[in-house]
Amino acid sequence: MAALLEIRNLRTSFFTDEGEAKAVDNVSYDIQEGEFVALVGESGCGKSVSALSVMRLVPFPPGRIIGGEILLNGRDLLKLSEQEMRGVRGNEIGMVFQEPMTSLNPVFTIGHQIVETIRAHKDIDKQAAWRRAVELLELVGIPQPTDRMADYPHQFSGGMRQRVMIAMALSCEPKLVIADEPTTALDVTIQAQVLELLESVAEQLSTAVLLITHNLGVVARYAHRVNVMYAGKIVEQATADEIYHNPRHPYTLGLLQSVPRMDRVEGSRLSTIEGLPPSLLRLPGGCYFHPRCPFIVERCEREEPPAMLVTDDHTAACWQWNEVDIGDSTVVKSK
Amino acid sequence: MTTERAENMEGARTAQDDLVQVKDLQMYFPITAGLFRRRVGDIKAVDGISLNIKRGQTLAIVGESGSGKTTLGRAILRLAKPTGGEIWFDGVNILRLSGRQFMPYRQRMQVIFQDPYSSLHPRMTVGSFVGEPLVVHRLAASKVEYRRRVAELFRSVGLDPAMTGRYPHEFSGGQRQRIGIARALAMQPEFIVADEPVSALDVSVQAQILNLLADLQDQFGLTYMVIAHDLSVVRHIASRVVVMYLGKVMEISSAKELFDDPLHPYTQALMSAVPIPDPRVERARQRQILVGDIPSPANPPSGCVFHTRCPIAIDECRGEAPALRETKPGHWTACIRV
Ligand SMILES: Nc1ncnc2c1ncn2[C@@H]1O[C@H](COP(=O)(O)OP(=O)(O)OP(=O)(O)O)[C@@H](O)[C@H]1O
Ligand SMILES: Nc1ncnc2c1ncn2[C@@H]1O[C@H](COP(=O)(O)OP(=O)(O)OP(=O)(O)O)[C@@H](O)[C@H]1O
Ligand code: SF4
Ligand SMILES: [Mg+2]
Ligand SMILES: [Mg+2]
Repeated sequence: MAALLEIRNLRTSFFTDEGEAKAVDNVSYDIQEGEFVALVGESGCGKSVSALSVMRLVPFPPGRIIGGEILLNGRDLLKLSEQEMRGVRGNEIGMVFQEPMTSLNPVFTIGHQIVETIRAHKDIDKQAAWRRAVELLELVGIPQPTDRMADYPHQFSGGMRQRVMIAMALSCEPKLVIADEPTTALDVTIQAQVLELLESVAEQLSTAVLLITHNLGVVARYAHRVNVMYAGKIVEQATADEIYHNPRHPYTLGLLQSVPRMDRVEGSRLSTIEGLPPSLLRLPGGCYFHPRCPFIVERCEREEPPAMLVTDDHTAACWQWNEVDIGDSTVVKSK
Repeated sequence: MTTERAENMEGARTAQDDLVQVKDLQMYFPITAGLFRRRVGDIKAVDGISLNIKRGQTLAIVGESGSGKTTLGRAILRLAKPTGGEIWFDGVNILRLSGRQFMPYRQRMQVIFQDPYSSLHPRMTVGSFVGEPLVVHRLAASKVEYRRRVAELFRSVGLDPAMTGRYPHEFSGGQRQRIGIARALAMQPEFIVADEPVSALDVSVQAQILNLLADLQDQFGLTYMVIAHDLSVVRHIASRVVVMYLGKVMEISSAKELFDDPLHPYTQALMSAVPIPDPRVERARQRQILVGDIPSPANPPSGCVFHTRCPIAIDECRGEAPALRETKPGHWTACIRV
């Protein structure tokens, strides 16, 4: 069965005075119908730009998609006219951003904005759209939805605004929702509420989710599959269990080992990844991770490693993937 | 909590061990209305908090946004004047001191912020920024001595002293945090309040900064009060933990005890919300999701301030505010059902 979304050799660059920044550099991955996929990596590695590329919302200039294919149900989004693309956004792919305040208009009521979103995509009258909006608010757990329709965004808390964004993203029952750091600005308690909601609503509607985050805990809790990004490239992809228990890219291993865990304390020092991610304008040769990599061999400085098959469902772009071993990570101290 | 109870708590330990003692601290912000800005109520940002911080230890303050963590930190540093209570630093009630008498204490307590960028001056070199306190407090006898100290400070936070002439925008988030820490260290403080020191950083950089803070603590015998919302970070760095909610303490205990046996329903809910980076562990965990948002501190719920969201609340919880009780040795909980 073909995947819902197939991204093939996607390349998006920013052309600045200082040169070309390859924010998304030959990225390929699939999302199956109803699947919950995470895209993880540190700040600046290209997560948001890759999502914006799928929506064809990369700011131009200075950004431009310069190659590849984005197949949604087999249809290449990069070949659509802008008019056709508008039909895809919202209808077939919904989007939730980090800061709902910037995506909600402060001068219109919440109800008005949901109704407008629905009517932009569906040919229904105002009353029907209104009823649908109330249903959606109820679906995302806003108490007294009928009354709250008349409220303005500032009258909602951060968590409630994010629920409204989810309601709007799901208003046309899209096949895919892209959520870019939807809970980064929220408390853990509210983060849990919002993600729990996203997970359950997506399940109900069999919507696939692409969750962009740097939080490895969130990924472990919700994702089926994980793509790890570093400096514009996907360095490892596998099921969540494989990524956490059998990581084969030194960067993935480094990330997992540097994150403190609430269920463990192992001595007072955390292991770290030395140094910083490179600037996209001054990328090292060979493997982009080599200046920070503890597994480096001579070849790494010269030749760029392709995605290598670890199993038929797990790839790692590392010459030394066979040497990378997390050991027995299943031993857990307390509850 | 009443002062009497605060004294009981304190009695359990000797005052000598404690660098900081906070007794029944209260910080209300007036809510005003109308033309004459009549006071119509209070925001009870910090509402009767007592705690002690042992020398050389790390006390962590956790709680949701708006629970009063930053206000508490600022009050302890006397950056804002509390509306009630006492703050003892090294045996002296610093709220009783005049501005002048307080000066030497000001040097002994420093602060590190979440995003040092906002406190860095864009047109000031990072070297001058780090060295500024040395000039203001005349801590360097000569130019040579000044340069030597600044270079030493850079090295102690893992920055190359050759970078002193550069400007803030040339540094990454983690490097800027190191610069902020270097400046705090310039005064050779004993006590540092760090308000969300790593929450703006990526995981790999976060680990570097947490290790740096631990190294500096060992090296200089520092005492920390760390405000953090990430319980995984707290588990890693804290010796003792205070769980706050709407200006009040819900639970206090050693970090080990708190994470092994959280007793307050709020603490349990907070911990349940924190995902653990391991899908197998996550599948086996029960998720208990706290409903609703934290209420406004301008209009806190009656009785136990947590009762509106508490999964085990009973009618009595709405009556009187539960006292902080020692439910296990050294482990204090403010809940009538524990
Ligand atoms: N408008 C722009 N002009 C120039 N370069 C840009 C622009 N937007 C993004 N970039 C570059 O593209 C790279 C990828 O950015 P992107 O926003 O995708 O990162 P990210 O992985 O989402 O990071 P974060 O976790 O901080 O959100 C960055 O390194 C940035 O330098
Ligand atoms: N100067 C002030 N005037 C009025 N209200 C204030 C003032 N400072 C803080 N508050 C209020 O006091 C309460 C506690 O705020 P505080 O910043 O201490 O919370 P916090 O726990 O640090 O939250 P966060 O995690 O968001 O940083 C909030 O409701 C806040 O709006
Ligand atoms: S006192 Fe009551 S409401 Fe408060 S936490 Fe305990 S059980 Fe819940
Ligand atoms: Mg981003
Ligand atoms: Mg704060």
